[in-house]
Amino acid sequence: MKPRFLLLAALLVALAAFPLVAPMLGMEFYIGFVRRVLVVALAAASLNFILGFGGMVALGHAGFIGVGAYTVVALSDAGVASAWLLWPAAALVAGLAAALIGTVALRTRGVYFIMTTLAFAQMLYFVAVSLRNYGGDDGYTLPARPTLGLGIDLGNETHFYWLVLALVALLLAWMQRATRSRFGHALMGIRDNEVRMRALGYPVFRIQLVAFAIAGAIAGLAGALLAGGNGFISPGAMHWTQSATLVVMVVIGGLGRSWGGPVGAVVWLLLEEVLKQYTDHWHLPLGLLLIAVALWAPKGLAALGRRHGPSRKKKTEAA
Amino acid sequence: MTSILILEQLLNGLGYGLMLFLLAAGLTLVFGIMDVLNLAHGSLFMAGAYVAAEAHTRSGSFVAAIVLAVVVTVIVAALLEMLLMRQLYKRDHLAQVLATFGVILVADDLVKMIWGPSPVMAPTPAALSGPIELVPGLPYPAYRLVILGAGVLVALALYLLVNHTRVGMRVRAGASDRPMAELMGVRVGRIFNGVFLLGAALAALAGALMGPIVAVQVGMGEQILIPALVVLVIGGIGSVRGAFIAALLVGLVDTIGRAFMPMLLRATLPPATAADLGPLFAEVAMYALMVAVLIFRPSGLFSARA
Amino acid sequence: MRSKSPKPPAMNILSRSLRSLMLVSAFGFAGAALAAPVKVGLALDISGPFAALGAEARDGFALGIKQLGGKLGGQDVEFVQADMGGSPDQAKQLVDRMVQRDKIDLFSGPIGSNIALAVGPTLFAAKVPYLSSNAGPSQFAGAQCSPYFFGTAYQNDQFHEAAGKFAQDRGFKKMVLIAPNYPAGKDALGGVKRQFKGQVADELYTKLGQIDYAAELAQIRAAKPDSIYFFLPGAMGINFIKQFVGAGLSKDITLVTSGFSADEDVIGAVGEPMLGLFNTSHWAHDLDNAANKAFVDAFKKEYNGRYPSVYAAQAYDVILAMDAAVKQAGGNAQNREAVIAALKKANYASTRGSFKYANNHFPIENFYLRVIGKDAQGKITNKLINTILTNYGDSYAVNCKMK
Repeated sequence: MKPRFLLLAALLVALAAFPLVAPMLGMEFYIGFVRRVLVVALAAASLNFILGFGGMVALGHAGFIGVGAYTVVALSDAGVASAWLLWPAAALVAGLAAALIGTVALRTRGVYFIMTTLAFAQMLYFVAVSLRNYGGDDGYTLPARPTLGLGIDLGNETHFYWLVLALVALLLAWMQRATRSRFGHALMGIRDNEVRMRALGYPVFRIQLVAFAIAGAIAGLAGALLAGGNGFISPGAMHWTQSATLVVMVVIGGLGRSWGGPVGAVVWLLLEEVLKQYTDHWHLPLGLLLIAVALWAPKGLAALGRRHGPSRKKKTEAA
Repeated sequence: MTSILILEQLLNGLGYGLMLFLLAAGLTLVFGIMDVLNLAHGSLFMAGAYVAAEAHTRSGSFVAAIVLAVVVTVIVAALLEMLLMRQLYKRDHLAQVLATFGVILVADDLVKMIWGPSPVMAPTPAALSGPIELVPGLPYPAYRLVILGAGVLVALALYLLVNHTRVGMRVRAGASDRPMAELMGVRVGRIFNGVFLLGAALAALAGALMGPIVAVQVGMGEQILIPALVVLVIGGIGSVRGAFIAALLVGLVDTIGRAFMPMLLRATLPPATAADLGPLFAEVAMYALMVAVLIFRPSGLFSARA
Repeated sequence: MRSKSPKPPAMNILSRSLRSLMLVSAFGFAGAALAAPVKVGLALDISGPFAALGAEARDGFALGIKQLGGKLGGQDVEFVQADMGGSPDQAKQLVDRMVQRDKIDLFSGPIGSNIALAVGPTLFAAKVPYLSSNAGPSQFAGAQCSPYFFGTAYQNDQFHEAAGKFAQDRGFKKMVLIAPNYPAGKDALGGVKRQFKGQVADELYTKLGQIDYAAELAQIRAAKPDSIYFFLPGAMGINFIKQFVGAGLSKDITLVTSGFSADEDVIGAVGEPMLGLFNTSHWAHDLDNAANKAFVDAFKKEYNGRYPSVYAAQAYDVILAMDAAVKQAGGNAQNREAVIAALKKANYASTRGSFKYANNHFPIENFYLRVIGKDAQGKITNKLINTILTNYGDSYAVNCKMK
């Protein structure tokens, strides 16, 4: 454990120091970039919680990001400016939405679960498109960064970055502990053999629903941070291709591995940014990478060195 | 609301539904027999649309364009099947989603590299650009009638193929219980190859036919994929009959939402709001329909699976 | 899998930023007397719903840039051009990058008003002048006007008010209005209704980028109007007109439109069915002034005998305006106040003849009636008929607090 702890501490220090170093290298633009990567890493980690640890292939996670973002929009439009209100509200509303959707979706399994989560996310997407007051398809420009008080000005890029870093680090650490808890173990048990867990008397539906709601809430907070940081949100952030991209990140990073979400997010976003500098056709290499990962490393790049081969079809998946 | 209006809108919805059926039919058989969730099916639709548009503009012959589109797409599909799909049968759905999503990305960029990022104009054949008076007072565009006709013909042909031929019998056997069918001597692997190519041909046909009335652009595959998947789920995996009924249902719901709802809403709401809520209703209704079907018939309306 | 990227990503960013660091310090040492190269950001619609119009704009920009030898006001320029695909999301990200990383001094490019509204605030906050080569949203003309925005082309409503006046004068009694459901669409139909006093049988809003108008045409057939006013720029209009004719509606119903749906791009795609279509615009390629004649001749020479469309003309004008402004600001594009003051004077030879800005930085200009006919060579194109509105401002200037 120790070397890993040191590594994480070093990483945290490096990330915290980045905005101080960046201006010297003329890289101020990248402060915002790294901040966005941190937020997406948080969203990916929340998806990993239910996908990697819970075995629930949810293809609608971007919908909850959108719910969080649009909660901030709705409240900002009504005049609320304090981050103390906006961000918890975003998480709450998203968590609620996830709980409601989960109540229906978790009654299905296999491809039907995939389709149901996709369907609900699409419904949320089209609701956002139809909300003319909040820009609809054209998106909504937030007037200003939320206020925090305590003498911290969130309009300052560096301060906002540090706040995001702190939040993300805290939540990632918390999720880490949650997967090690009894709840987390039960969740993994359900992933591995649902029938047996049910036979053992575990409340399968309730455990999955709680996990789903928590993941949704965290995704909602990520949405609030994204909207607040960019100053702009549009329904495009909730499109099913965004949900698919999140799934891709989690798988690349390592399904069910502690840092699978963040690693995948970092790898994907960095690759995208770098490829964009060289070519307009950056989808192609990324697509090929996906195919390669699916065929030869479906448990993620982190698992390449391990004993397990490509995943076999699960017997319990049949409709 | 006159009867002409209702008839015209219903015909429009029917046309859309039939095109969805072309897509969903292939998708449902592939999924039914081999349990492979192929997100790249939309990309085959896109390939058909692009090739047909290019061929039509160059040759001037719409029929030649359709034939070429189907042939090229089937070849591409054969390559895809050999190189990738075969590996995906043994994998779980997550790996399939990942790999086929990767194919979507690759296909989108390949198309962008060949045809450029701007949308391509797919011309309506000159002979069909005028109206035909179906019913007095309803000059309906000839081209859409052709789409309707083609859709109905294909549906009929598929019905005959699946229900009244030996091959069709084997397909149904494979879709309903693969291990059993294999034991009974059905070469399920071979059947699957054929079904995959047939599905690709249908998708290409739909793309070629719809090209003149939708935007032929990168990403058009992703747009039509979701409704096709919804049709698949509502109809039941592995059932062509289910896909047909579900496609018509979805087409009907879509028309109600896009055409009739705004009309009704405009009576009480400002026009821009009515225009927003109509399509919202159409989409939400389609997904709500799917969820409702899943709650009451968890395997879809006509699932072939035993 | 790592073999896909040539260098580890961190190294790449480092080397690129070291390069820009050296560049920056080199210019710093050069001192204030020597101005840094002017950076102009152009966010173009190469893909997306306005791709064809974006291509026209790109050609217009390119011609202007070529004629000026890649310089503005005698200064070297770096043009940062990119495709934002008509998506407000992508455009915002692109503009953020242009402002923060590339540090642009001037901006132009977007066709759609939705994009203008999405990227405007970022540019205004960074004090980067945005000269619009097309979009003229009413929001920026009224209460949200900004000294950094110049609606160099027009204010959206103006075109449609001119068309509405034409329809009113022509005696149409029952009209159906149709436009896409986005800011410019709403501006459009609002503008028409301001001048057209007949009965509005129906007001239809379609999806931006929609190609299939079967549902709307069925609606129109049932409403039995004598005329349709449609604002469907680019591919939308092309398909609408074709399907309109294909549905047999052209026998009894007259189409009225603004120049956007009756310009060279649409004519090229639709052809004969458009003969006789009346439309209004603030510019026509046969407009009689020296700058315009030179522009049209140069455009035809550069692009294989093709007539320019209004989008190309507007883009070209933006380059001329930027050139004049930088020159008048003494060659120093970083001196924002001087650039803004120079831009406001609009002291250059526009392809529209002379025009001046109102207090809200939107133009006061003429609007003309055009009709589609055949030119001397038998080519189908627009012909200028007369002036409908002279020295016409916009309806929102009163709400703008600027002087």
